[in-house]
Amino acid sequence: MITTQNLTKKYGDQTVLRIESLEIPKGQSFGLVGNNGAGKTTFFSLLLDLIQPTTGHIINNEVQVNQSEAWKPFTSAFIDETFLIGYLTPEEYFYFIGELRGQNKADVNTLLSNFQDFFHDEILGQKKYLRDLSKGNQKKAGIVASFIGNPEVVILDEPFANLDPTTQIRLKDIIRDLAAKQGVTILVSSHDLIHVTEVCERIVVLNKGEIVKDIETSAETLKQLELFFSGNEPPVVNDDAELGEGLPS
Amino acid sequence: MLKHFLKLQWKSFIRAASFKTNLIFKIFMGFMALYFIVMFLAMGVGTFFIIQDRQWGDPLRVVNQFMIYYLAADLAFRYAVQKMPITNIKPLLYLPFKKAQVVRYSLGKTVVSFFNLAHAFFFIPFSIVLLLEGYSPIGVIGWHLGIMALFYCNNFLNILLNNTDSVLIPLAIIFAGLGISQYYGFFDITLYTTPIFDAFYDLPWMAIIPWVLLVSLYAAAFSYFKKYMFLDAGLAQKHAIAKTEDYTWLDRFGNLGIFLKNDIKLIRRNKRSKTTVLTSIFFLFYGLLFFTGAVESYDGPVWKIFAGIFISGGFLFTFGQFVPSWDSSYYPLMMSQNIKYKDYLNSKWYLIIIATLISTILASPYLYFGWDAYLAVLVGAVYNMGVNSYLVLWGGAYIKTPIDLTSNKKAFGDKQSFNLKTMLMTIPKLLLPLAIYSLGHYLINPTAGYILVALTGVAGFAFKNIVFKQIEKVYKKEKYKTLLAYKQTS
Repeated sequence: MITTQNLTKKYGDQTVLRIESLEIPKGQSFGLVGNNGAGKTTFFSLLLDLIQPTTGHIINNEVQVNQSEAWKPFTSAFIDETFLIGYLTPEEYFYFIGELRGQNKADVNTLLSNFQDFFHDEILGQKKYLRDLSKGNQKKAGIVASFIGNPEVVILDEPFANLDPTTQIRLKDIIRDLAAKQGVTILVSSHDLIHVTEVCERIVVLNKGEIVKDIETSAETLKQLELFFSGNEPPVVNDDAELGEGLPS
Repeated sequence: MLKHFLKLQWKSFIRAASFKTNLIFKIFMGFMALYFIVMFLAMGVGTFFIIQDRQWGDPLRVVNQFMIYYLAADLAFRYAVQKMPITNIKPLLYLPFKKAQVVRYSLGKTVVSFFNLAHAFFFIPFSIVLLLEGYSPIGVIGWHLGIMALFYCNNFLNILLNNTDSVLIPLAIIFAGLGISQYYGFFDITLYTTPIFDAFYDLPWMAIIPWVLLVSLYAAAFSYFKKYMFLDAGLAQKHAIAKTEDYTWLDRFGNLGIFLKNDIKLIRRNKRSKTTVLTSIFFLFYGLLFFTGAVESYDGPVWKIFAGIFISGGFLFTFGQFVPSWDSSYYPLMMSQNIKYKDYLNSKWYLIIIATLISTILASPYLYFGWDAYLAVLVGAVYNMGVNSYLVLWGGAYIKTPIDLTSNKKAFGDKQSFNLKTMLMTIPKLLLPLAIYSLGHYLINPTAGYILVALTGVAGFAFKNIVFKQIEKVYKKEKYKTLLAYKQTS
C-alpha cells in the first residue's frame, strides 16, 4: 500500500529523516515509536505532502505523494489540532469532512452512531465550538473525523496522548477492528510502548531519523522495546552497520 | 526581575514570523515609519500656524475645544485595537515571580505602547511651538502634562473597560450624536469641556487633577488584574454558546456550497472576521469624500473611478486580501483533505463576487449625486469582479502570516497586514483602472473611459479559467512555505 524509497529530509545540514526503504502492506496496523525528534511526525507530514522530501519519495497506493494529489480521496489523518476547524461545532465539522469525502449527513450520522461509546456524551450536542472543547475531547473529534468516508489509509499521530483511560481502551479496539476487519491500513505513532504493542501488528522504531528496529509484534515485543529504550541493549552488529549508531551503550 | 521580562519581550518581538522578512522590505518599513513620524511632527508644528492663519482663534483654545473628541476617538480606537496586556502571562504565573510584579510589568508594558507614544509626536512639537510663540512656560508645561495624563488615563481606562462588552458602540453613538448636535447647533458639549482643558494652562497646578485620576486608574487596573489573575477568572477565555447550523440552501451549489457554508460560519463566528466585514462597510462611505467635493485634491475626473473601486470593493480589500490566511489555523487539514485548490479558490472567489455585488447595491444611494457617480461605482464593481478579485487571491498566496481568528487586536496596523508583494499588487488594483480610464477620458470622452474600464473587467471574466490555473500554480508552489509560516502562531 505504502512504499517509501530513499526518503530523506534535511534542514540545513541536519538530517532529520532517512528511510532507505519501507513497505507497509494493505490492511496492516503499523506502529511508529521513537523518542522526541526521532522523525515520527516528519514522516507523517511527508506522507501527507505537508512538507517536501529532500530526496526520495513515498508512493501511496500507486500515487507518488509529492507529485499528484490523487492520494487524498483514500487517505485521512489526524496529526494535531491544526486538523480541526475551531469555529465549527463537532457535528458541523463531521458533516464538513463528510461532504468533502462524498458522504451525506445520513452516512456521517450512521458512522457517528458507532462511536457513541467513544464520545462518552462529551462531543455531540454540547453547544460548544471545537475550540472550546478540552484537548482530549478535541482529539476524540479529530480521530473520529479521520474515519469518515471509508478511507483506505488512516494516519494518527500520537492518538493516545491526552485521552482518558476509558477512551484509550476503546480507541485500541477501534484501531484493531479497522485493520483486521475492514482492511484499512492504519499508521499510528506513540510514545506509549504498551499501547502500540497492543494495537499494532508491526512496530518500527525510529531513532534520530533512521529505522533501527522493524519487528512483527509478538509476546516479547514489549520487553524488546523497553530494553531498547532504556538504553541497556547491547549494540547490535548486523548487515546494516549504522543500526546501533547514536545509542548510548 | 525586570531584566527577565524585557528580555522575553525583546525575543518575542525579534523572533516573530512576520518580522523575518527580507532586508529590502525592512528598509522600506523604516522609510514608512520615518515618513509617518515626519508627518506627525509636521502636523504638530503646523497645527498652530494653520489655526492662526485661518484666524479661527487662539490655537491653544481651538485645540482645547476639540480635545474632548480627540480623547473619545482615542479611547474608541484603543478599545477596538489595543492589545490587552494579559496575553502571554500565563506561562509566568507559576514561576517564582510575585504576582504584583507580573501585573506591574504587564501594565507597564502598555505605557510604552505605540498608542501612547503616537500622541507625543503631535503634542511635543505643538507645545514647543507654543513656548516659542511666547505662551507662559509654566502654563504650557501644566497643559502638556495635564493632557498627557489624560491620554494615559485612556490607556488604563481601556484596560478596565476591555473586559466589559459593548462599550465601543454606545460610546461611538454618544460622541457621534454630540458631534452632529454641535454641528447643527443644538447642543455644544465643548462649551462645558473646553474650560477644563483651558484650566490646565490658565491654572497650571490644575494639571495635578488628571495625574491623581491617572494614579487612581492605575491602582484600579492593578488591583483588578491582581485579583483576577487566575485561569478561570481574568485569564479565562469566554465561551460562546454554539449552535449547529446547516445552511442547507447552499447545498445546491455542490462543492462550492461546502466551502461557502464554512466561510459564512467563519465570518459570523469569529471576532476578527466580523471586524473585517464591519470595516468593509465603512468603505461604502469613502465615496462621500469624492462626490461631495470635501477633499479638493479628489476633484479630478479620474478620481471617480478610484472612488468606485473602493466603494464596491470594501470586502474585496479587507477580507479577500487575506485569503488563505483566514484558514491558517487549520491549513494542514485543508491541504491533506480531499480538496482541490480549484474548488477552494473558487468558493473564495464567489464569496468576493457576491460581496461586491451586495456592496454595489448598498451603494445605490450614490444615485443622489447623479448617474455619473453611480456609474463610477458600477464600473468600479465590474473591474473589481473581473480583475481585482483575481489579484487579491493571487496576492494572498504571498501573505504568509497566520490570522488569529479569535482575537481582534491585530486587525489593523500590524506588520502582518503589510507585505511588499501585496503592496506592489495594489498598483494594478488601484492605479491601472485609473490609467485606463484617463486614456478613454482624455483621448475620447468620459463615457469611453468608463467603457474601457468596464471592458477590462469583462475581459477578466472571460479569462477566468486561464487565470485560475495560474493562481492555482502559485498556491501549489507556495504551499510548503505557507504551511511552515502558519505553524508559527504569533
